[in-house]
Amino acid sequence: MKRVGVFLCWCGSNIAATVDVGKVAERVRLLPGVVHVEENKYTCSEPGQASIIKAIKEHGLERVVVAACSPRLHEPTFRRTLETAGLNPYFLEMANVREHCSWVHPDREKATDKAFDLVRMAVARVLKNEPLARGSITIEKRALVLGGGIAGIQAALDIADAGHEVILVEREPTIGGRMAQLDKTFPTLDCSSCILTPKMVDAAKHPKITLYTYSELEKVEGYIGNFHVTVRKRARSVDETLCTGCGLCQTKCPTKVPSEFDVGTGLRKAIYTPFPQAVPNKPVIDRENCTYYKTGKCRVCERVCEAKAIRFDQEDVLVEERVGAIVVATGFDLFDCSVYGEYGYGLYPDVIDALQFERLINASGPTEGKIKRPSDHEIPRSVAFVLCVGSRDEQKGVSYCSRACCMYSVKHATQYMDKVKDGRAYVFYMDIRTPGKAYEEFYKRSSVEYGVQFIRGRPSKIYQKGDKLIVKAEDTLLGRPVEAEVEMVVLAPAMVPKRDAARTAQTLGVSYDGFGFLNEAHPKLRPVETNTAGIYLAGVCQGPKDIPDTVAQASAAGAKVAALFSRDEMATEPMIARVDEALCSGCLWCKPVCPYKAIEARTVTEKVHGRTVSREVASVNAGLCQGCGACTVACRDGAMNLQGFTNEQVITAVDELLAGLRPACS
Amino acid sequence: MTDETLRFAYYPGCSLNSTAKEYDLSTRAVARAIGVELVEVPDWNCCGASSAHTVDPFLAFALPARVLVQAEEMGLDVLAPCAACYGRLVAARAEAARHPDYARRLEKATGRRFRGTARILNVLELLGDERVAAAVAGAVTRPLEGLKVAPYYGCLLVRPPKLTRFDDPERPVTMDRVLQAIGATPVDHPFQTECCGASLGISRTDLVVELAGRIVGAAKLAGAEAVAVTCPLCQTNLDSRQEAAAARLGEGLGLPVYYITQLVGLALGVPPARLGLRRHLVDGLGLLRQKKLA
Repeated sequence: MKRVGVFLCWCGSNIAATVDVGKVAERVRLLPGVVHVEENKYTCSEPGQASIIKAIKEHGLERVVVAACSPRLHEPTFRRTLETAGLNPYFLEMANVREHCSWVHPDREKATDKAFDLVRMAVARVLKNEPLARGSITIEKRALVLGGGIAGIQAALDIADAGHEVILVEREPTIGGRMAQLDKTFPTLDCSSCILTPKMVDAAKHPKITLYTYSELEKVEGYIGNFHVTVRKRARSVDETLCTGCGLCQTKCPTKVPSEFDVGTGLRKAIYTPFPQAVPNKPVIDRENCTYYKTGKCRVCERVCEAKAIRFDQEDVLVEERVGAIVVATGFDLFDCSVYGEYGYGLYPDVIDALQFERLINASGPTEGKIKRPSDHEIPRSVAFVLCVGSRDEQKGVSYCSRACCMYSVKHATQYMDKVKDGRAYVFYMDIRTPGKAYEEFYKRSSVEYGVQFIRGRPSKIYQKGDKLIVKAEDTLLGRPVEAEVEMVVLAPAMVPKRDAARTAQTLGVSYDGFGFLNEAHPKLRPVETNTAGIYLAGVCQGPKDIPDTVAQASAAGAKVAALFSRDEMATEPMIARVDEALCSGCLWCKPVCPYKAIEARTVTEKVHGRTVSREVASVNAGLCQGCGACTVACRDGAMNLQGFTNEQVITAVDELLAGLRPACS
Repeated sequence: MTDETLRFAYYPGCSLNSTAKEYDLSTRAVARAIGVELVEVPDWNCCGASSAHTVDPFLAFALPARVLVQAEEMGLDVLAPCAACYGRLVAARAEAARHPDYARRLEKATGRRFRGTARILNVLELLGDERVAAAVAGAVTRPLEGLKVAPYYGCLLVRPPKLTRFDDPERPVTMDRVLQAIGATPVDHPFQTECCGASLGISRTDLVVELAGRIVGAAKLAGAEAVAVTCPLCQTNLDSRQEAAAARLGEGLGLPVYYITQLVGLALGVPPARLGLRRHLVDGLGLLRQKKLA
């Protein structure tokens, strides 16, 4: 029998206050195989680890059990300890006597019994441990960044500046995203375009960045370090290499449609760049609205184009790229305010949403920055800003807080009061949330210096009375109903996932939450990684956030990618699934249950009774497998096994638990 | 009408036997005109509105549930024109699901079992039904052309939406469609589902005057000549408080408040005398005569 050493940790008083560690030690000493037992106040500390190394050497230990906290916390730590002592790092088992025992049980005696059971099971299991070796995979040092908003641009620039090639894919005809639509940014009121457009140009000019605009991700195959992606470059109907961006085609195009970029507050042509500072500054033809595509006549743009760049017959192109990492920065949509029938959005022209207001106050917007209300183009003498339209409303919207609306609405009210000196601005709110640097001060200034009036209450109704709008609410601080007569209303819609976020997630093989936001691997400690190795998140596709948080997350994702690319190869975890091909019947039930698409069919050729036969078996891709074990449960033949967590080990541990305390013998 | 005659258990409730007699008359007249058979629930009782549910939750369930039991025994779905009755009936169905012992207690008290199988319809649900709407459209003989009517749904028909599951609680459209079908012009106004003051009519008349005045005032401002309702209490409040509201607002109101069934009946050629059009406080006939509709 292998010689086992057991190290019982007190974790200060975290474990020792509830578990009688000494008593556990006494009983563990009697277990078969155990030749050394030791208590330590902090096993993970430097002296704690040193004592493990010392014991391994002195007592000739071949297997080690550490009874302490969750393996999620310190398993890597103790594996390194074993490695230092010259043991295979996978000869370690941890018994979680903290999270699974001392932290959750009040009764000392029972907790002590349970701790012993946990250690007993770990000892039984460790005796079955096999030596495992890490593999390695090569890393393609190019990154794909999906989405060209501020998150994608920032991540792309950071990765490119670290010296790696980046492919930046954007669905719209230009990069820039939501931030390009904004006027000013809180809390410093610096102009959004002035800080964004230089970055857009940097991204386009960067020698390491390849830009695919008007393009979409079609397919992703492979795994960390070795992704094969297919990108669909949609037909612009314009030859980008010839187009000089002179804009004459846009001036002459006879077809006007509502501009998506201006959120319907302005018009664009059928051949267009979304805004003058677009990058690349090359137009696309909107084939759904273009007269030529609809009727076969027109071709005005072609006639006026001196560069002869118009290509009516251009087709979509599929581009294949190999990349080692993917940053997802696909952004968000806004909640549809017309869900609130009582607010009259879509019915009353002067009830608009916050993004439309951004376009109205934007100097390059349809009104050149003059706040003119849509109905009669007059400057409203009073405006109500309504927060939480969709946010924090489980009845009609979403349960979460969208995080940025308080601040941008405060900004809107401040900007309005700045432009319309004798105006009145009301903000209807539930709570004002200002948890950023200099945010609270900005909020305070809006009321103290600019005279914005804050009314705590969610409006119950907005209706038109003549050319005025009446906002009804309960002022919950005064405890009485209030009505505000205003000339325009601005609703702050919830940030919601991109309408096709779920499809994006499925294409990439990453998980998403009930709303459609992509899931990070850990909400605190791994906020930019996904559970799929090599895929990282940046910006609002992961959850609502403002620009500073988005940029921070984008740079974090960039740093993760740069760290990955700092090596030529990466070690792979050996605790992954393995197929016993002799047992595998090739039913492939394991394939659909695998969340990481790591299982494929493989044909093996073997000799049976002197004849050569071929048959299908399951095969695990070591680069993709994350060791979740779902396949081992689905396998009817018992052919699928998780290394380091084998069926045999699990059963041995359960047997041990059921057998109860064995008599002392060794 | 299609070959298959539509039959409903008809639950008029107390109001339709007294203050809202014209609602009863006109509902029956419309049903007759389009071939919908209404079978009055035998031995029906008060639905309990609006006092029972403030006193005793079981009583608040048992009163409407007993009506539903009768309808179930008839094997018919229930038509409840009064919005308060309708509200109590749908609430009883939901209460039965929440309190399994209620049905047992009811059975013990009445000897009859509540199953919750009958569908409960309000008048607009009936008129909005595809087959019924087609029948109405086909039977219009006197389209109410040029009559501008403000639909007023009140609060009980559409709320709570989880129970009624009828139309959009903030922007309902069924009555607008019915008005269009009979040739009238529905007038959009902001207070279609605001409370009229309902049961505060006696205890807080001042409030009701304000609320009713606001609703009728908004309808008038929007260009309506009349208001259409589906609830006896709404009708009473909007009809009877206009004078006081007008005095407070300092402007004349004087909009007749019709039950939607009265207007539909008129369009289907039912003689005005059989629609109880004389029973309103704000003259209901003058406007129609002026428009040459009666």
